[in-house]
Amino acid sequence: MPKPMDKGRPPMKKGVLGRLMKMLFRFYPVMMPVTIFCIIFSSIAAAIPDMYIQKVIAIITNAVDNEIPWEQAKAEVMPNIIFLIVLYVIAIAAVALYSQLMAFITQGCLNKMRQSMFKGMQDLPIRYFDTHKHGDIMSYYTNDIDTLRQLISQALPTLLRAGVVVITVFGIMLYYSFWLTLLIIVGVIIMFMVSGKMGGGSAKYFLRQQQSIGKAEGYIQEIMNGQKVVKVFNREDKCIEQFDEINKELQNDSYKAHAYANTLAPVVMNIGNVLYVLVAVAGGLMVLWDGFVNFSISGMALDISIVVAFLNMTKQFTGNINQVVQQFNAVIMALAGADRIFTLMDEEPETDEGYVRLVNAEISPSGEITEVDHHTGQWAWKHFHKAEGTITYTRLEGDVLLDHVDFGYDPDKPVLHDVSVFAKPGQKVAFVGATGAGKTTITNLINRFYDIADGKIRYDGININKIVKSDLRRSLGLVLQETNLFTGTVMDNIRYGKLDATDEECIAAAKLAGADDFITRLPEGYGTLLTGNGSNLSQGQRQLIAIARAAVADPPVMILDEATSSIDTRTEAIVARGMDKLMEGRTVFVIAHRLSTVRNSDVIMVLDHGSIIERGSHDQLIAQKGHYYQLYTGAFELD
Amino acid sequence: MLKKLLSCVREYKKPTLFTLVFILGEAVIETLIPFLTADLVNDIKIGSPMSEVLKVGGILVAMAVISLSFGAGAGFTSAKAASGFAKNLREDMFRKIQSYAFQNIDKFSSSSLVTRMTTDVTNVQMSYMMIIRMAVRSPLMLVFSSAMAFYMGGGLAMAFVIAIPVLVFGLLMIGKFAMPAFRSVFKKYDRLNESIEENVRAMRVVKGFSRENYEKEKFGKAAEDIRKDFTTAERIVAINMPLMTLCMDFDMVFILLVGSKMAIADASINIGQISAMITYGVQILMSLMFLSVMYVMVTMSLESAKRITEVLDEESTLHSPDNAVAEIKDGSIDFEGVCFKYSETAERYALSGIDLHIPSGATVGIIGGTGSSKSTLVQLIPRLYDVSGGVLRVGGRDVREYDLQALRDAVAMVLQKNLLFSGTIRENLQWGNETATDEEIIEACKLAQAAEFVESFPDKYDTRIEQGGSNVSGGQKQRLCIARALLKKPKILILDDSTSAVDTKTDALIRQGFRTYIPDTTKLIIAQRIASVQDADMIVVLDNGTISDVGTHDELLIRSDIYREVYEQQTNGGDE
Repeated sequence: MPKPMDKGRPPMKKGVLGRLMKMLFRFYPVMMPVTIFCIIFSSIAAAIPDMYIQKVIAIITNAVDNEIPWEQAKAEVMPNIIFLIVLYVIAIAAVALYSQLMAFITQGCLNKMRQSMFKGMQDLPIRYFDTHKHGDIMSYYTNDIDTLRQLISQALPTLLRAGVVVITVFGIMLYYSFWLTLLIIVGVIIMFMVSGKMGGGSAKYFLRQQQSIGKAEGYIQEIMNGQKVVKVFNREDKCIEQFDEINKELQNDSYKAHAYANTLAPVVMNIGNVLYVLVAVAGGLMVLWDGFVNFSISGMALDISIVVAFLNMTKQFTGNINQVVQQFNAVIMALAGADRIFTLMDEEPETDEGYVRLVNAEISPSGEITEVDHHTGQWAWKHFHKAEGTITYTRLEGDVLLDHVDFGYDPDKPVLHDVSVFAKPGQKVAFVGATGAGKTTITNLINRFYDIADGKIRYDGININKIVKSDLRRSLGLVLQETNLFTGTVMDNIRYGKLDATDEECIAAAKLAGADDFITRLPEGYGTLLTGNGSNLSQGQRQLIAIARAAVADPPVMILDEATSSIDTRTEAIVARGMDKLMEGRTVFVIAHRLSTVRNSDVIMVLDHGSIIERGSHDQLIAQKGHYYQLYTGAFELD
Repeated sequence: MLKKLLSCVREYKKPTLFTLVFILGEAVIETLIPFLTADLVNDIKIGSPMSEVLKVGGILVAMAVISLSFGAGAGFTSAKAASGFAKNLREDMFRKIQSYAFQNIDKFSSSSLVTRMTTDVTNVQMSYMMIIRMAVRSPLMLVFSSAMAFYMGGGLAMAFVIAIPVLVFGLLMIGKFAMPAFRSVFKKYDRLNESIEENVRAMRVVKGFSRENYEKEKFGKAAEDIRKDFTTAERIVAINMPLMTLCMDFDMVFILLVGSKMAIADASINIGQISAMITYGVQILMSLMFLSVMYVMVTMSLESAKRITEVLDEESTLHSPDNAVAEIKDGSIDFEGVCFKYSETAERYALSGIDLHIPSGATVGIIGGTGSSKSTLVQLIPRLYDVSGGVLRVGGRDVREYDLQALRDAVAMVLQKNLLFSGTIRENLQWGNETATDEEIIEACKLAQAAEFVESFPDKYDTRIEQGGSNVSGGQKQRLCIARALLKKPKILILDDSTSAVDTKTDALIRQGFRTYIPDTTKLIIAQRIASVQDADMIVVLDNGTISDVGTHDELLIRSDIYREVYEQQTNGGDE
């Protein structure tokens, strides 16, 4: 039974087609009009010959009837045929030109769409990626772009072409006879009604098929990802059972969608055939009927040659309407796709009202800061005071202060309450607490992935809202729990932290992170190609590369969010030496479950349900015998 | 390859056959229609009595009705056949994948399996529908139309003798150049999409390093490169438009020119025949055009067909033996001289010379560095992989003698990469036991220290888990996975680093629960924290795929350098 379709999806906005056309014209202000002109011209050139064909046939008929010799008839036939040839040659040239241009425009347009989608996406806030399924984002680039390709390269030209032919033929028809035209109009209306109904059904099922495919894809993806779990739990049969159901549903929708679509052509063409007969019979009757008065633009009386011409035009009419109807689904799906693409493009980008910039600096022994344009290893914040029009520099040191910060991902559900943290340059600050206590959230705020609701965060005394986001983030090295590597060599991945780093710098960073050892044992060493998020490496090895990547950037402040969670403690002991060196002279925020990782921090913050409940050094906290003490000793106490 | 694929048509052979019959009927009538319309035109032209016109008209209408029925019939049966074929392909692939052993699973990436089951199957479905509709129709139309053209037009048919070879040659050339161009650009296109996906996933890294502009530039270059290649490929294909128009126009001119002479000079042809020839001309060229489109589509989907058969052809490397033993006596585990490597061609053994005897009901801790093959060792127990040498016994019998399902029911394993599936918490837990009662579920959750947080959710056990378990924390996920495994009431329970995200206190509570409530179950615990294993009956220290030492915590502290080093690092790290 038909289910309510597209539930939950916002209705398609109006004007999608208009916006798309506007884009096409804006991208190709010259090519588009030329292409359209060529299409129109070649379509008219395809419609006109019928008149000449009829003329030639009339000449032949006349010649045969009156037994005019060929030589004499030839003089009449030839000019028409020559005109035809000229017309054809021009038409072919137009077709050749526009089909080449179309290839250019289609791909160019898709490229520009893709680029502006991707560029727009880069500027979206992290919140967008946290709240949208990655699969959905991907389908903008794959499915939706593909439907647009179909629309621009096939559907639009076909519609234009067919439309022009229909209008032209319609004009010619009126030129000859109103009555017969009227008959054809009635036929065409019926054709449109029937095909509209079927096309609507087909489009409905095509959209539903799209949804079913999405559902099946989601299920397959989930099961394929968890295939090993499925095996361990002997769940194969149960999964097959569930899949069979989804699969059947997909088949059903796919069947109906295609069945309707397949039937459209025979229906339209055969209504056309019937119309053809009707025109023939009606035309014949009209010719035979003595008292019949023909209305036409030309004022001609109806004769056999006109009826014959009409028959041909009937064919052309139906043929073209069939082509229009065939594009139905493509148009509907592409508009739905375009709508989704536009939605992505219209997303609000991450705002940045910061104006304090990070610059290379030279600092004189007296503490005077001079801005320079080369790498010195020293940095300064360039502060432009609008009111006075002056510029001041503040040395980048890595002093971070969270002052009574409140925050919630959802304004109604606070995650952090009144959190205050001071990190002096070079200090190591650790966050400890149960999952969900808000540890990662704090780091999300320092680098402004999210903006705080209340309170202040200051970096070297500057409110971070005043700092240009990219500069702020550049000064913070980030190593996350979930390691994401990119397709490319190990070297490329490390260099991601500092794009102009030399190979030596990258290797030095890897050594610092303790990654050099295993990297050199890889088949191609630093040149080993990583694919699929480094799936050929262990989780621990991936984390080591991520640490090296952060190390090469040489940031004054580092955030390590469970950065060593997958490195076993033995390896970690080896890494620790490197890490210690890495952390030397930097302000470091560490989040870890493993207390051994955080023990030697200067300050440990114990978080519970979004509030800091204890703070102090390891020894202080142990002496305090509070929450931390319990956490730390809990494992042993129970024995 | 195609044979294998086509064997999946199965119950949809009938609609396929019907399609062919319908199409045949439609094609026959479609070629007859111009023949009759030519008659009609002639009748009107020579002023035949109206009754004659009506008669021919009546026949034509009847034919249109029949043609419509055939066409609609074929539309439905072909859709049925193709969608059914696709369904069978997905079904067979899914079943096949379910039968895979771990070794097979390792071979395909999960994303490639998804593409194979969706995009590739859709490609094959579309081709199949196209083939059964066009493969018969187009050649048939071509033959019929040509025959009729020669029969009716005689000398006029020369037009086609000239035009057809030109068109065929042109189309072949287009195909020859366009196909490789498309193939290579589609590969690039796939890679582009992969890199987009990578970028989306790693957005925190991109933004964290302020690499937005770098990524934009990188993407811009790759996309521009693809645009160029795509445009080239499409431009080659676009040549067929003018080519087709040229051939049609040539036919038209030829027929008019020669036809008029034939009709006037020696009356060897009449007007009706001339217009019929024009119609046939269009039909012949259109069928050629369709054939060429079909050719391109089929070749393109061959790639998909190949990828599908790869999945179907892959044979599981593990099977239950004949006369399999269905009962596992107890939870004892014996490794005798076991060695293992992941593939036969691998140079290095992941495990070698493993001798280990674990009595039923023991608690065993396994410790070792990254890459020491801890996971590999335990994965042999439920026979997720087969040993490459030596013998592994569970309950006193070689694991290869057991029925696979029975063995895996007796051995519960919480994988390192553990996953929850979309569905309620209850549904997820029922993976462990389909018929578990509420009491059993709550009990398992209590044991896994999950009951407390589950019951704090408003919907409790009916709370929905999002895909990948993204709405519960890592530690909660691990505890639910342990509860799921406990529900199997296994003889052997394996935790592969399954409490790494759980805090130490909860971790200890879980282990204490095991000791109290499931004393007879053999428990294998892989862990990085010494605290998680130090109370075990025996602790296995793995190093580089071999057993470095086995003993209790106290023994190992004295004997094993590795163990001591780890221990000291974990307990005294801060006091150095």
